Amino acid sequence: MATAALVFKDVEKRFAAGGGRITEALKGLSVEMAAGVITGLLGPDGAGKTTLMRLAAGLLLPDRGQIAVFGHDALSGTRAIPDSIGYMPQRFGLYEDLTVRENLELYADLQGLAPDARSARYDELLAMTALGPFGTRRAGALSGGMKQKLGLACALLRTPRLLLLDEPTVGVDPISRRELWIIIERLAQDGVTVLLSTAYLDEAERCHDLVMLNEGRLLGQANPASFRAPLVGRSFLVRVADGGRRQLQKQLAYRTGVIDAQLQASEVRVILSEGAAPRPEPGETWEPAEPRVEDAFVALLQGSRVQAKREAATIGPGSEPVRLPPGVMIMARDLRRSFGAFEAVKGISFDVSTGEVFGLLGANGAGKTTAFRMLCGLLLPTSGKLSVAGVDMYHAGAAARQRIGYVSQRFVLYGNLSVAQNLQFFAGVYGLGRAALEARLRWAEEEFDLGPYRTVNAGALSVGYKQRLALACALLHDPQILFLDEPTSGVDPLARREFWARINALAHDGVTVMVTTHFMEEAEYCDRLVLMSQGEVLAAGTPPEIRRLAQAPDRPDPTMEDAFIALIAEHEQSIRRAS
Amino acid sequence: MNGMRLRGLIRKEFLQIVRDPSAIAIAVALPIFLLLLFGYGVSLNARRVPLALVAPYSPQAQELLGGFDRSPYFVPHRYATMAAAKSALGRRRVDGIVWLRSDFGRRMLAQGNAGIGVFVNGVDANNAGLLEAYIRGVWLGWLSRQAQDQGSTLSVPVTVEQRIWFNAALRSRNYLVPGLIAIIMTLIGALLTAQVVSREWERGTMEALMATPVSMGDILLSKLIPYFVLGMAGMALSVVMAVWLFAVPLRGSLLVLFSASGLFMLVALGMGLLISTVAKNQFISATIAIVATFLPAFILSGFIFDLNSMPVPIRLLTHIVAARYFVAILQTVFGAGDVWPVVLANAAALCAMAAFFLGLTWRLSRKRLD
Repeated sequence: MATAALVFKDVEKRFAAGGGRITEALKGLSVEMAAGVITGLLGPDGAGKTTLMRLAAGLLLPDRGQIAVFGHDALSGTRAIPDSIGYMPQRFGLYEDLTVRENLELYADLQGLAPDARSARYDELLAMTALGPFGTRRAGALSGGMKQKLGLACALLRTPRLLLLDEPTVGVDPISRRELWIIIERLAQDGVTVLLSTAYLDEAERCHDLVMLNEGRLLGQANPASFRAPLVGRSFLVRVADGGRRQLQKQLAYRTGVIDAQLQASEVRVILSEGAAPRPEPGETWEPAEPRVEDAFVALLQGSRVQAKREAATIGPGSEPVRLPPGVMIMARDLRRSFGAFEAVKGISFDVSTGEVFGLLGANGAGKTTAFRMLCGLLLPTSGKLSVAGVDMYHAGAAARQRIGYVSQRFVLYGNLSVAQNLQFFAGVYGLGRAALEARLRWAEEEFDLGPYRTVNAGALSVGYKQRLALACALLHDPQILFLDEPTSGVDPLARREFWARINALAHDGVTVMVTTHFMEEAEYCDRLVLMSQGEVLAAGTPPEIRRLAQAPDRPDPTMEDAFIALIAEHEQSIRRAS
Repeated sequence: MNGMRLRGLIRKEFLQIVRDPSAIAIAVALPIFLLLLFGYGVSLNARRVPLALVAPYSPQAQELLGGFDRSPYFVPHRYATMAAAKSALGRRRVDGIVWLRSDFGRRMLAQGNAGIGVFVNGVDANNAGLLEAYIRGVWLGWLSRQAQDQGSTLSVPVTVEQRIWFNAALRSRNYLVPGLIAIIMTLIGALLTAQVVSREWERGTMEALMATPVSMGDILLSKLIPYFVLGMAGMALSVVMAVWLFAVPLRGSLLVLFSASGLFMLVALGMGLLISTVAKNQFISATIAIVATFLPAFILSGFIFDLNSMPVPIRLLTHIVAARYFVAILQTVFGAGDVWPVVLANAAALCAMAAFFLGLTWRLSRKRLD
């Protein structure tokens, strides 16, 4: 093997967490990353992924240990490092007031790119990122996916030897994600060493090597194949004859020997613990499945965290769903919304029934957020009919809001109030009486395991716990409808499982759930969904119905992501043809 | 330090200023607004003060009251009785009362002298003092005219011949407008600069900058140079408006004026950069900048309130307010000329402060995130 691109030897890094506490981000980490390959950095939130990246980029100094980049000690020659490293932070620092080209020019100046080489390099990068037509657009006016691509282009101006990408695909729709990956793979072919962290485990499959961190320590390092190897014979797809996949999932989750049970298309994906044998019950078909990196990830982490499964216990396996009068909870008819001359939502219609989990999918800039805000009563439609929980949103938005719980993309919490104070505040906002308040606060603390964190400031919680608290706050007033706007963006797979277990339990209890997401496997959790593009509804139906729409001879069994990409590409083409 | 990087950063900074409405507002709109406000609106001289006149008819009284009518300082209102005038004073319809007794005319004729009653509203002490002096002026003028008419001179034992130097007309504009330059430069140098560095931290652009080969010196200089230029432009604009629009005399040399301003600009920038280096949050750094630089420059610099009349502890406090030294230079250079002892002593203080703030910023800025 050639010289390693990046070597960490017994590296420790501590941060003052405020209030005299100290967080240990890395606890004596030793790891080597090979040159010329794509290394994926995996791990739950707070595992130390970002800290590792920043240390490698020379933006942090370790408290102990050694770091070497291409054989050079990073600590002695910090000035030399940035010349060979390209680093794209989680929130890449684009200057939003500057145009695409001006951003490129700035970073070309900063990286000392020779003036005569520039225009060719700009053209190359703009072509690669398909940003060519937007050269004079301000960076602030780009969609999330385009911003990420521009950030990547800026980090690539002088082809670095080592490219560090910190969660480059968070908040990016599947189409842009695929484009980003094409760029990354091409770079690796040209000999660039890439280290990227990701919460999307399907991306991990495309890496050459995987490094998994947990709580500041190395949990494992292997290529995807050997990473998955221990799971051979432990992954299964389970089906029952009479539908009911959600019920099936719940039952399976409590079976002995089952580590994980997740909805996948119309089946349930089951992972068994080591040495456990499949024990199908009558009516169930168990089919061995090709293990995925995600399976291995969950299996590895479940060893250190047993908690995730306990959560669904709040309703228990097999309890009967609460029967609510069947009815329409949300009714949208030809809903439109314009901002000036721009029509963000162009006449969408759908119904959501009581107790349904309803998904709203779409690429960045498809009009999801606008549609969502109208449904929550935060934005008045320009025209169309909209009733939520039987209330006309034009006239009595406030009344409807009393029945709505809302969790926004960035959990809206008061960072310097404690967990208990946040709960009390939201209870007060929803006008809970004293007795009800006490009961609901107790419920929230038990239900979400927030008791031990009562006095901790919300700002100091990990992302997973912030999400729990945000959900608890939104549920305090016992809403009939829960709105979730990309609730799992940037949340690790385990916390995501917990989260969905809760959402399923709520839906089971008769709460209607409306959700937007970028994770296509999460779309499978929805009972029904609509797919939006450029302000219009492209497709509506159950997940299998949507997937079937994308069936083609060369693609007999499309995944939700395939369907998403195919349908949107088709729509965009038809628009282009029309114009 | 590297020419290409620095140029790139500076160009970026200018583009951001031009495209950011809030930067334009602080750098251009606010200075013009302040200049117009202080140039036209705020005046520490009392003018057109509503004044109640209570006087029974007599030729002498009419003549005296005519003096008040003609004076630019008063807007007289006649009241029939003292009670009505008092109630008008209580309701702040008028700021003062001049009361002539019913026998005023008779006594003037008989004795050649008679007292008048003057009441001023002392709630606004500064105004009350001015008002009293103006009334006295009208009264004395009338008396001396009376004496002239009768062929005698006014029998006042000693007369004071007043000469006010440097600002003979006592126009408050002449010292407010130059002092305002210090305020405007503080706004641009400290308030704006404090926000532009913390904005880079907040938006994550600082992390991306640091991952490039750029040095911390480049980053600091790229903030210093554009805002220095912007601040000096604001200062030049203020000088032009002061001299051409408000006719404030500029007795000293432009060279001294611009050198001292450049020096002060460095202090203000040093404070702004220091604040945002420590705070890393736009809201906090703007708040600190207002409390630590803008308000002291307004209140404790001698711009409006005289330093010598402050209580000792506060007067001592003013020594750490950079604007104090600059205001002293400004008021001297505009009003009196290049008075070297004043200019040099204050410039030395500014030099020391600039070195302190910039040096401290330099020490505290590291190319690290922790």
